[in-house]
Amino acid sequence: MRRRVQVVVVDPVACDGHGVCAELLPEMISLDPWGYPIVSPEPVPFGLDREANRAVASCPRLALHLLDAPDGVQAAAPPPRTASRS
Amino acid sequence: MSPLLPRLLRGLGADGASIGLPAHLDLWGPLPDTRRGGLVDDVADAGLRGHGGAWFPAATKWRAVAGAGGRPVVVANGAEGEPASAKDALLLERLPHLVLDGAVAAARALRAEHVIVFAPARRRPRLIEAIEARRRSAADGVSIELAVAPDRFVAGQETAVVSYLNGRSGLPTFARFHPVWRSGVGGAPTLLHNAETLAHVALIARFGSEWYRQAGRPDAPGTVLLTVTGVDGAPSVVETQKGALLGAVVGGIDRQRCRAVLLGGYGGTWVDPDTASRLPVTEEAARAVGATFGAGIVAMLPHDRCPLAETARIARYLDQEKADQCGPCVRGLSGMVAELDGLAFGARRAGDAARRLGQLCDLVEGRGACRHPDGAARLVRSALRIFADEVLQHQQRGPCPESRAPGWLPTGDEAPRHVRSGNGAIRPGATGALTSRSRK
Repeated sequence: MRRRVQVVVVDPVACDGHGVCAELLPEMISLDPWGYPIVSPEPVPFGLDREANRAVASCPRLALHLLDAPDGVQAAAPPPRTASRS
Repeated sequence: MSPLLPRLLRGLGADGASIGLPAHLDLWGPLPDTRRGGLVDDVADAGLRGHGGAWFPAATKWRAVAGAGGRPVVVANGAEGEPASAKDALLLERLPHLVLDGAVAAARALRAEHVIVFAPARRRPRLIEAIEARRRSAADGVSIELAVAPDRFVAGQETAVVSYLNGRSGLPTFARFHPVWRSGVGGAPTLLHNAETLAHVALIARFGSEWYRQAGRPDAPGTVLLTVTGVDGAPSVVETQKGALLGAVVGGIDRQRCRAVLLGGYGGTWVDPDTASRLPVTEEAARAVGATFGAGIVAMLPHDRCPLAETARIARYLDQEKADQCGPCVRGLSGMVAELDGLAFGARRAGDAARRLGQLCDLVEGRGACRHPDGAARLVRSALRIFADEVLQHQQRGPCPESRAPGWLPTGDEAPRHVRSGNGAIRPGATGALTSRSRK
């Protein structure tokens, strides 16, 4: 089965800036100076689906969502996880 | 039917009166039956774009609504929360049947049964009169309701309108999750158009797309209403063919009297007078110089005013009018106001204000449910770009003498302004604060 290519989207109305998402998915989400998430517009890379799903499920405000990417969008290989945590 | 100007404004009488249904039908003829379809194609062939500010192709919206399944609702949006805009007020006050025709034609074409007119309380008497007249004539075959729009800047944003009509907050929602074309008023697919867009539809329904395209340019067909505020502060509504040079349309922009031109409203951009003079009135031309016509707003800042002070006042207004929903907008806009106040009016922290303002723009852009923060950032960025000399002077020497002058564009506290068009005048300003929704 072909893997679903998805993007991470934050609903800014629902988001209160808890920051859990940036803890769980630092490869795609950083926090601005006020603590609100800045989410990469790129599709979720191969190998990070589980982390992305966990981030979505862990948001205390249920503000984080996974949406199907538009047709033709390809997922990239993930960055090395240890490196990006530094 | 001649393509020459005026088009939409042809029905304006010299006496300033609102045109009634019989006179409207005498002028334009009966509204053709658009139930059989084809109007969507005409709207597409005409190249009609939304005149509420986004310039989105109208037919794309229509097709999305038509394909969404279920019986759609049509909303005529006359909320016009933008203080520097008066074109929708003019249409709804003086030419209400043109807007209603467009909404009815769209409803028939999309097999909708309900039209909702969304407009501020002060538009209510005229609209009730117009809707009653149509009800008596029983020619429309669709019901028309009036809903009173709250008096606030973001009230007319598409998702905010739908939220309000559904009995909720009336604030914007995250459009990506809530596209109104799929699920809008009462959950129905909703076609929401600005009042002027529907007025154009009324004429396309009668005369077709080829006629529509006789005005303007092949790449920017048709006409557009602009609300022009001159250096004297008096706004007037003018209709022009797209592609005409802005300087000619507004009767000349005099560098000696005008310091800068605000295009596109409070979430728009400052443009220097020479660039503005030479600018063809098309959204593409505006975007090519980093600007937008938005909802058709052109405002000329007098030479004896401080552009940074004016930008600070407008930013304060945008900050006050934000929906207070999305973190980056809440924090970012108040940060911008603090920086701009410091830069424009006080020595406090002004030294590095331009750099910090640029960072704040980066931080808010694209991060709200609606485009309110993007508009604020666009305004601030254009000020930093166009008024770079003034920024330096303020940073080095403190506020200029002109910054003590009173505010120029309306930012909330002023008395109502007269809006001129043709020989008539209307009063759009007085805020009849009816906050509850009123249906008839």
